[in-house]
Amino acid sequence: MIDIGLGHYLTLSAIIFTIGIIGIFLNRKNIIVILMSIELILLAVNINLVAFSIFLNDLSGQIFTLFILTVAAAEAAIGLAIIVVYYRNSSTIRVEEINSLKG
Amino acid sequence: MINLNFISAEIFISVSIMFLLILGVFKKNSSSLIHNLSIGLLLITGILILNNYPDKSLTFFANSYIIDTLSSLMKIFTVIGGALVLSISKKYLKISNIFLIEYPILILCSILGMMVMISSNDLIVFYIGLELQSLALYVLASFNRDQLKSSESGLKYFVLSALSSGLLLYGCSLIYGFSESTNFNIIGNALKSTHYGLTFGIVFILVGLAFKISAVPFHMWAPDVYEGSPTSVTLFFATVPKVAALTVFIRFLYVPFINMIDQWQPIIIFLSIASMIFGAIAAIGQNNLKRLVAYSSIGHIGYTLAGLSVATNEGIQASIIYISIYMVMNLGLFSCLFMMKRNDQFFETIEDLSGLSKNHPILSLSFLVILFSLAGIPPLAGFFAKFYIFKSVIEQSMYFLAIVGLLSTVIAAFYYLKIIKVIYFDKEKEKYDTDHSTWLKVSLAISTLLILLYFIFPSKIVEIVSSVTII
Repeated sequence: MIDIGLGHYLTLSAIIFTIGIIGIFLNRKNIIVILMSIELILLAVNINLVAFSIFLNDLSGQIFTLFILTVAAAEAAIGLAIIVVYYRNSSTIRVEEINSLKG
Repeated sequence: MINLNFISAEIFISVSIMFLLILGVFKKNSSSLIHNLSIGLLLITGILILNNYPDKSLTFFANSYIIDTLSSLMKIFTVIGGALVLSISKKYLKISNIFLIEYPILILCSILGMMVMISSNDLIVFYIGLELQSLALYVLASFNRDQLKSSESGLKYFVLSALSSGLLLYGCSLIYGFSESTNFNIIGNALKSTHYGLTFGIVFILVGLAFKISAVPFHMWAPDVYEGSPTSVTLFFATVPKVAALTVFIRFLYVPFINMIDQWQPIIIFLSIASMIFGAIAAIGQNNLKRLVAYSSIGHIGYTLAGLSVATNEGIQASIIYISIYMVMNLGLFSCLFMMKRNDQFFETIEDLSGLSKNHPILSLSFLVILFSLAGIPPLAGFFAKFYIFKSVIEQSMYFLAIVGLLSTVIAAFYYLKIIKVIYFDKEKEKYDTDHSTWLKVSLAISTLLILLYFIFPSKIVEIVSSVTII
C-alpha cells in the first residue's frame, strides 16, 4: 500500500489547475467549456486548501473552501447570465467568432 | 466588545443597498429617485469614514479587518469617486436607455466590495471583498444588454477576471499552506524562510493582482472592456477599482510579503517598466478615445507601480498621490467625453474632436488642460504626480527605472499632443449640443481647476497623504 501524503494532494490539485488553465487558452470552440475550466481551477484550489487544512490541523482552510464554493456558484450564475445576453445579441457562442472588439 | 463606530461606513452602505433594492422593487419608476439617493448615501458614507478617521491602526474581528490611515484615505477616494461617477453619468444613462434602478445599486455593491478589500487583513476577507467587487463589475460591463459590444465586453471581462481570481486563489492556498495562517501579520512573520512554495504563492498572487489593475503583460482585457462598456461604466472602471486594487497591492507587498522583498521587487519593476513602455507605444495607433484611455491607464498604472517598487514610505505616498491625481484627470476627461453629444448620440473617436476649438472654446480649453496634465507637462497636476514618483525612485538610486519612465513620458506625450492638434488645428465639424446637466459642468470645471491650480497648494495633499505610513 502507498501512503497518500500531502504531496500527492498537491500534485493532483496542480494537475487539475493546469488542465483548467489550458482549457481556457486552448479552447477555440465553446464558451461553456471556459466556464467549466474556471470551475476546475477553483476546485483545484479547494483540494489544495482542504489538504493543507488537514495536514496543518487548522480549520481556517476548510472555512475558506466553503466561501470559495459559495462564490463559485454566484460566479457561474453571473457567467451564464452574461453568456445568455451575449447569445441573444450575436446568436453564437463560438469563441473564435467573438471578435467585434479589437484594435 | 468591538467598537463598531469604525466600521459604521461599511454597515451603513450595506444596509442602504438592501433598502434601495426594496424601494426599487416596490416603487414604480423610481430610477431617478434611487440614483439621487445613492449619490447622497455615498456622500454620507464618506462623512462617516471621515468622522471616524483613525490616528493609529485598529484591527477587528480576530485581527482580520484593519482600519488605518491608508484604508480610510483610500475609502474616501473610492466613495467620492463613486459619487462623482454617478452624478455625472445620469444624462448619459438616460440617453442610452439604461437608466435603471440596478445601475446605482450595482455601483454601490462594488464600492462596498472595494471597501472590504481595502480594509482586509486576512486572505478570506480579502477574497470576499474582491469577489463582491468583481461580480458587480461583470454585470456593469455588460449593462447595455441590447448592444453586442457591451455584452461582449462583459463576457471578456468575466472570463479573464475569473481566471485571474483563480490564479490569485491558487496563490492564496499555497501561501496558507506554507505559512499556516490566513492572517496577513502572521503570514508576514512566517515568510522569513524562502521556501519555493511561498515564492510560487507570491508570484501567483502578484499575477492575479496585476490582472486586476491591468498591468502589462496581463492587460489584454482592458482595451476591449473599456471600449465596449457603456462610457459611464468605463469611467468607473478607469478610476475607482484602480484605487482599491492599488491599496490591496500596497497592503500585500508591505504587510504579508515584506520579508520577501528580494523576490517581489524585480517582478514589480518588470511590471512597471513593461506597462509604462507598452502604454506609451500601443496608444499611438488608436482612434477610439475610450480605447486610448485604456492604453493610457495601462501606462499610468506603470508609474504607480514604479512608486510601489521602491519599498519606502515616500514611494507609497507618491503612488497614492499619483492615483488620486489620475482619478481627477480621468473624471475631467470623461466629463469632456460626455459633452460630445449631438442629437442624443455620443461620439467617441478622435476625428469627432476635429476643430472643436472653433465651436466650443471652453470645452476645448479643458481638454487642453487635461491632456497636457495627462502628458505630465508642468505646472499642471500631472507633472507633480510624476515628479513625486521619480523623486522617490531616484532617492533609492534606481536610475534605470527612472530613465525608462522619463522616456515613456516623452513617447506618451506624442499621442496626447496629437489629440490637441486635432482639436485646435483641424477642420471644424458640426456643433455639439450644449444642454449639459449642471453636475457635468461643475465636475468638469472643478477637475480642470484642480489640475490647473494644483501648483498653488501642492503641500496640502502631500501633508494629508504623509500620514500614511505602512513600513
